[in-house]
Amino acid sequence: MVRKKKKNHIRSGLGDMTFNTINVLIMIVLMLVTLYPFLYVLFSSFSDAGLLSQHRGILWKPLGFSLEAYKAVFDNPMVLIGYANTIFYVVVGTVINLALTILGAYALSRRQLMWKKPIMLGIVFTMFFSGGLVPRYLLVHDLGLLDTRWSLILPTAISVFNLIVMRTSFQAIPVSLEESARIDGANDFTILFRIVLPLSLPVIAVMTLFYGVSHWNSYFDAMIFLRDRDLFPLQLVLRTILITNDTSSMTVGSLGGDTYRISETIKYAVIIVATVPILFLYPFLQKYFVKGVMIGSLKE
Amino acid sequence: MASIQLGTRKEKATRLIRKATFRERVVKDFKRNKYVYAMLLPVVAYFLIFHYGPMYGVQIAFKNYDVTKGFLGSPWVGFEHFVEFFKSYYFWRLIRNTLLLSLYSLIFVFPAPIIFALLLNEIRNMKFKRLTQTITYLPHFISLVVVVGILVDFLSPQGLINQILSVFGVDVTNYLQEAGWFRTIFISSEVWQTVGWGSIIYLAAITNVNPQLYEAAKIDGAGRFRQIIHVTIPGILPTITILFILQLGSLMTVGYQKIILLYNPLTYETADVISTYIYRKGILDASYSYSAAIGLFDAVINFGILVLANRISKKVGETSLW
Repeated sequence: MVRKKKKNHIRSGLGDMTFNTINVLIMIVLMLVTLYPFLYVLFSSFSDAGLLSQHRGILWKPLGFSLEAYKAVFDNPMVLIGYANTIFYVVVGTVINLALTILGAYALSRRQLMWKKPIMLGIVFTMFFSGGLVPRYLLVHDLGLLDTRWSLILPTAISVFNLIVMRTSFQAIPVSLEESARIDGANDFTILFRIVLPLSLPVIAVMTLFYGVSHWNSYFDAMIFLRDRDLFPLQLVLRTILITNDTSSMTVGSLGGDTYRISETIKYAVIIVATVPILFLYPFLQKYFVKGVMIGSLKE
Repeated sequence: MASIQLGTRKEKATRLIRKATFRERVVKDFKRNKYVYAMLLPVVAYFLIFHYGPMYGVQIAFKNYDVTKGFLGSPWVGFEHFVEFFKSYYFWRLIRNTLLLSLYSLIFVFPAPIIFALLLNEIRNMKFKRLTQTITYLPHFISLVVVVGILVDFLSPQGLINQILSVFGVDVTNYLQEAGWFRTIFISSEVWQTVGWGSIIYLAAITNVNPQLYEAAKIDGAGRFRQIIHVTIPGILPTITILFILQLGSLMTVGYQKIILLYNPLTYETADVISTYIYRKGILDASYSYSAAIGLFDAVINFGILVLANRISKKVGETSLW
């Protein structure tokens, strides 16, 4: 009897070990598959264009070392204009996003507000039903926003998901704090700025990153609303270079005949240049984004 | 007679009181919350203009929209555009492509983060676990343009994939120009983008599973694998259900922003979905009314499926969105 039990224990221990080993192996493969494409792009961007074009297969380090591609990228007016525009959209867009989301979240987190339920219902409904792409486009057209910077900022001024996340977080602030302020004669603006906001810095950080990243990464609205190349965000310039393969935009004012030779490495360098800000923020992003998803997943 | 009169007068009186109390409540509420309503004003205005505005504008689906005449001035045509779409040569191709991509997403993309979360939860070394999370969350933050840009580069005839496969004697293929490869590329890159990030919500749900259940299962002699099947999965089933319902609610709109970057006329046969068709017809060809009709058809079906799925789930498993 005792022997049998021992045997059983060893067997389950062995089973455990195989399970663990296979599990760890799966994780390692997954990490490699996720990370390697970025490493390949990074190595290629620093490689010598001639050597790279002759190379076949996987890269484990840059082939030779060359900054030619980066030089071409930073000499390119379209990339620079795109970069400047994107910074504008991220900064101005996020400030407006935050202001409206904070106001909405504060108002809808009040306990005694008669019209709260219908307003909330009206807002949540837009998550599940929309007028569609074309009516949205015509609306932006009719408002005279087409081909202006506002077309990338106003139509996406509030994200319902973010509004709900922030509201949930505001609701968690103890009522007693607010009540004592009210006795001292504080109105709602005072309570928002003096009590709620100082206690909500983490969720504001989450929202700043949520909105900021989505402005940085979006291309679709710019593609349908903008014609003027001087207003293009970086992602749209990237699309021209990487996907529609329009090298003319690359050759304008850059290295001329040389550009063709290094056109491959330029692509890789552009990807790196466009992604580096995100990678720099990544440690914060990861921490706060996870927090945001957690708050968002709470059911009321 | 007298009693009836008395009754109506009484009713009138109570109605008056009720009316007064309602108005009083509104006034009182407004007085108390005047600053709150001031804050709500720009928010409500935003939703009315930019979300309900397009819903109002969707009436052009039943009209022949003319830019010079505007929304109201354009003549009504009833369901003409819907009928035209149902009869169009592309209708079945669009429905087939949309539903197949959605179905493959449900089969491959949806369960991937669940399986990943279950496996990750079994990793005991915290440092290794955190490293895995850090790396697999990364694709979520990379823009679609960059993801597709990398795909286009890797899958080109001279690209990395062809270079590697040629070592094994596989012929060079231009993957992005072949309709037969589109779905595989779309779905597998989708898994790559979402497997890590999507797991967060399930990992959170797993930590909420009652630890006593694991103890009980252990006493009953259940191994690690059986514990996953009998304790962890039932524990996170409500979360899975909610996300599944939400996923069903976008059954008719697959990730068109990615498809628009990834497809080309050579792959329309498998890649063109309802939303990309709306984009081409509506924005590029300016057939506003026709494409608004297709968009409305799409939105109504999506919403219908969402409501239906929610109702079924409420009945069967007592989990629901609302």
